[in-house]
Amino acid sequence: MSLTLEQVRRVAHLARIEISDVEASSTLGQLNEIFTLIEKMQAVDTQGIEPMAHAQEMVQRLRDDRPETTDPGQRREAFQALAPETGDGLYLVPKVIE
Amino acid sequence: MKEWEIVIGIETHVQLATRAKIFSASPTAFGAGPNLQANAIDIALPGVLPVLNKTAVEFAIRFGLATGSDIAPCSIFARKNYFYPDLPKGYQISQYESPVVVGGELAIQVGKETRIVRLTRAHLEEDAGKSLHEAAGHSPRGKSGIDLNRAGTPLLEIVSEPDMRSSAEAVAYARALHALVRWIGICDGNMQEGSFRCDANVSVRPLGQRDFGTRREIKNLNSFRFLQQAIDYEVCWQIATLEDGGEIEQATVLFDADSGETRAMRSKEDAHDYRYFPDPDLLPLVIDRAWVDRIRAELPELPAAKRQRLVSDYGLSDYDAVVLTSSQEMAAYFESAVAVAGKSNAKICANWLMGELSARLNREGREIDATPLSASQLGGLVARIADGTISTPVARQVFDALCEDSGVSADEIISRRGLRQISDSDALEEIIDAVLTANRTMVDEFRAGKEKAFNALVGQAMKASKGRANPHQVNELLRRKLS
Amino acid sequence: MIASNLQQLAEALIRKTISSVELTQLYLDRIARHDHQLNAYITVDAAASLAQARWADQRLAKGEGGPLTGIPIAHKDIFCAAGWRTTCGSRMLDNFVSPYDATVIRRFAEAGAVLLGKTNMDEFAMGSSNETSFFGPVRNPWDVSCVPGGSSGGSAAAVAARLAPAATGTDTGGSIRQPAALCNLTGLKPTYGIVSRWGMIAFASSLDQAGMLAPSAADCARLLNVMAGFDERDSTSLDRPTEDYCREIDARQADKPLAGLKIGLPKQFFGAGSDPQVMRLIEAAIVDYQTLGAEIVDTSLPNMDLSVAAYYVIAPAEASSNLARFDGVRYGYRTPVYRDLNEMYSRSRAEGFGAEVKRRLLIGTYVLSHGYYDAYYLQAQRIRRLIANDFAEAFRHCDLLLGPTSPSTAFKLGAKAADPVQMYLSDIYTIAVNLAGLPGVSIPCGFADGLPVGLQLIGNYFSEARLLNAAHRYQQSNPWHLRLPPAFAE
Repeated sequence: MSLTLEQVRRVAHLARIEISDVEASSTLGQLNEIFTLIEKMQAVDTQGIEPMAHAQEMVQRLRDDRPETTDPGQRREAFQALAPETGDGLYLVPKVIE
Repeated sequence: MKEWEIVIGIETHVQLATRAKIFSASPTAFGAGPNLQANAIDIALPGVLPVLNKTAVEFAIRFGLATGSDIAPCSIFARKNYFYPDLPKGYQISQYESPVVVGGELAIQVGKETRIVRLTRAHLEEDAGKSLHEAAGHSPRGKSGIDLNRAGTPLLEIVSEPDMRSSAEAVAYARALHALVRWIGICDGNMQEGSFRCDANVSVRPLGQRDFGTRREIKNLNSFRFLQQAIDYEVCWQIATLEDGGEIEQATVLFDADSGETRAMRSKEDAHDYRYFPDPDLLPLVIDRAWVDRIRAELPELPAAKRQRLVSDYGLSDYDAVVLTSSQEMAAYFESAVAVAGKSNAKICANWLMGELSARLNREGREIDATPLSASQLGGLVARIADGTISTPVARQVFDALCEDSGVSADEIISRRGLRQISDSDALEEIIDAVLTANRTMVDEFRAGKEKAFNALVGQAMKASKGRANPHQVNELLRRKLS
Repeated sequence: MIASNLQQLAEALIRKTISSVELTQLYLDRIARHDHQLNAYITVDAAASLAQARWADQRLAKGEGGPLTGIPIAHKDIFCAAGWRTTCGSRMLDNFVSPYDATVIRRFAEAGAVLLGKTNMDEFAMGSSNETSFFGPVRNPWDVSCVPGGSSGGSAAAVAARLAPAATGTDTGGSIRQPAALCNLTGLKPTYGIVSRWGMIAFASSLDQAGMLAPSAADCARLLNVMAGFDERDSTSLDRPTEDYCREIDARQADKPLAGLKIGLPKQFFGAGSDPQVMRLIEAAIVDYQTLGAEIVDTSLPNMDLSVAAYYVIAPAEASSNLARFDGVRYGYRTPVYRDLNEMYSRSRAEGFGAEVKRRLLIGTYVLSHGYYDAYYLQAQRIRRLIANDFAEAFRHCDLLLGPTSPSTAFKLGAKAADPVQMYLSDIYTIAVNLAGLPGVSIPCGFADGLPVGLQLIGNYFSEARLLNAAHRYQQSNPWHLRLPPAFAE
């Protein structure tokens, strides 16, 4: 199986990575080589094998419903010092269109 | 012209009333300044990890038990991947292939009729933050502001089967669900604050057709009125489109409350490949029988069971029972009042609660949990009405007095103000004799055959007694004296 | 001083032969003198390190010192450290000063260790050569024209050149063991779940595990004692009784210290794929293990050949989701020029991420997308199960497994940069261990043409004490790990 240029563009869009036409075609070649490696898996019959999502057979631990107490103002200031653009305590982004 | 059948399924996002968020320890209280309730996990700093809130799970189990659903012994959290500024991780933690609650049903009341709506599933997930748009005056021109206080608030998404056939049924379903989640204490039900939000999947098909039509999903309806308006508009639009020879395209639409119209959303459209996969940061949620049994044992009597009991034990009508079980507080109030007034006086309690008291609460914009009159005060009042100590008009006076003073009982007011009904014949005879002497014209008119004059005389007697005379006795005595 | 192991450093600090400030300064000086040749560090903050050293000296003066108090440790720049720039090797986080501590960082701080600096790494830990870092490639102290391995290449180069006594790393597919092998170090990837992932920037959550790189296995055991432990902030953290990972190492040395230990040689580690010089040294180490009393048996991991394929589905899939938070909204890089929200996202990510990261994000997005999930992601997870089962079967009759860590010694900078598949195959012997969640260690076992060769030992779950002891006993009689790269021996 090999990918098409259109698929590369669609996947890049889904991943929100801008990609030029030149990049898309060179990426296509590399991805196809990688998928040749990955395709080895398809030869294996895995019927009846339970997929393994975690490295350990464990169950989810549950946390008590206890809210933390921190100085929210100080924390917000510290967090928003990291942000590209903020205003009135909000993170600012280009207008969201619904 | 064709006849159309409307098909509606509803997905409801119920904010669970936990104190902390579902995967972080931030408080969930509504109304804090922007981003003051967003910790490192909520804003998705690099390296942070989720841990599941036990109470959120417990609430999901409560809901499952209250709707006769199966509680999955093992369910899985998955990531729903899409980019949106109010979604800080770039994915929402939700449940996809294996939800915590499966199946179940909800009884709804449409007019006098009870119908069953089947539930598909209910799953736990996290809420997103909020995007505040420039139009709302929150953000500079051309920008949206992101507030992540809501991000990570636990949600139970409850999905119904497409079992509803009218907007009235949809509203009845939403109301019943709303009452239930409040009843079992898992949601505050505050719709203005977004604690209970419905998405309606609406389609139409020619009556008799087996296959469903193409559906459109109306997002984020946060009032029963909007739910009704949005569905009504959408149904008209779909039928008009189809009758004009058009086709319905599957879409997500928004309801504009100002225009009363629905319109397709522009964003998120292309991102509908959510790439769900099990969240590697969260392990399978395992719920053992013992835990479920413990929660079952702690569950309050459910509205349906209580309704039945009110009808069979107290002889109330179905309608009364429905109104009295509209909330746990209402039902508790009623039962406490009956406990004081006596079981045989349940119907009088119901009448006063649903009449005088509800009217007063409505007038004052209060809920039953903020009543000015306690259930035992009302019960005491009803007892005195029932045993004839006071008449109905006097009872209204006492009711008003009780509302002013929560520390006093009906009996105290009755004796303090001397409102006890006059049933002593001698005293009544005295009053009536005086009335007859003072109103000779009326007496003559009555004797001339004018029945109306008799009522006027009763009125005069009641007035002379300041409302305390037993009207039944006054009637009898007057008849005797005039015959 | 730079030849001392952690135990000797701790003793010197307790005896006050040297203070923590002096020791820290010594390493800061070495970094200043040598790191321009290696590029092992991304961030050094002498003032912050020395402040911590002064604090450690106060604790030592009060007699409150523990085994790591006052010892400077370098941390891979994947661990968030409050007040420290934490870049993960990416332009995306070039200006990110972490407001909080990773649990690993906190545990070291509580033990009184000094944060010596943040080490260079492949961007978001994606790479096997440390050439994908936004901050430039790291060079191998044994030959500066060669790569140090990756992704913990900065940590490896720093410790190998003794620009730190020891360093932390993370291992998702071999990122501790492979650079340890290429730089003549001991590198341990512990059992998944025994070291907290809180504050460790995620690459592939179900595979990532923090560990360490140090000269000796005994050093690693001392570090693991501090790093391991239950953390309620990590759902995948294991709540187990505390153990002393030094206990077997500290036990008395017998004549045949590994008598009764059964070491399996999986035949898939001994195929044709490796450099013959590497394999000769591995064979020699096997004989050494027999001399130490171990019994050598043949075994097999039939599905191991599929591990690279399964890994390059699972790891990118998880990464594509883990790295979605880097969107230029709350922190990190935002492109200066954009017309709308979508353009802001896609440009910030296109400019903020390097080529290898983008490649993997595309792979991961693709394998999870509609219509491909079952064929790729689920199939990879099923193969992951088969591989884990293979190990379980092998550990029914073996205590440890042995093989090469890497099929070759350090390669030249740029040699595989244009060929992702060749690069991916350099992790062929390490990846299966991550898929199964097992502990693995790489130890120095000799030199081929002047470049170090690493031997890999793999243990069953939670067998770190035994695994490190098996490494330690070998190191007692084969002290390859004490050799220093000549250019940095002074």
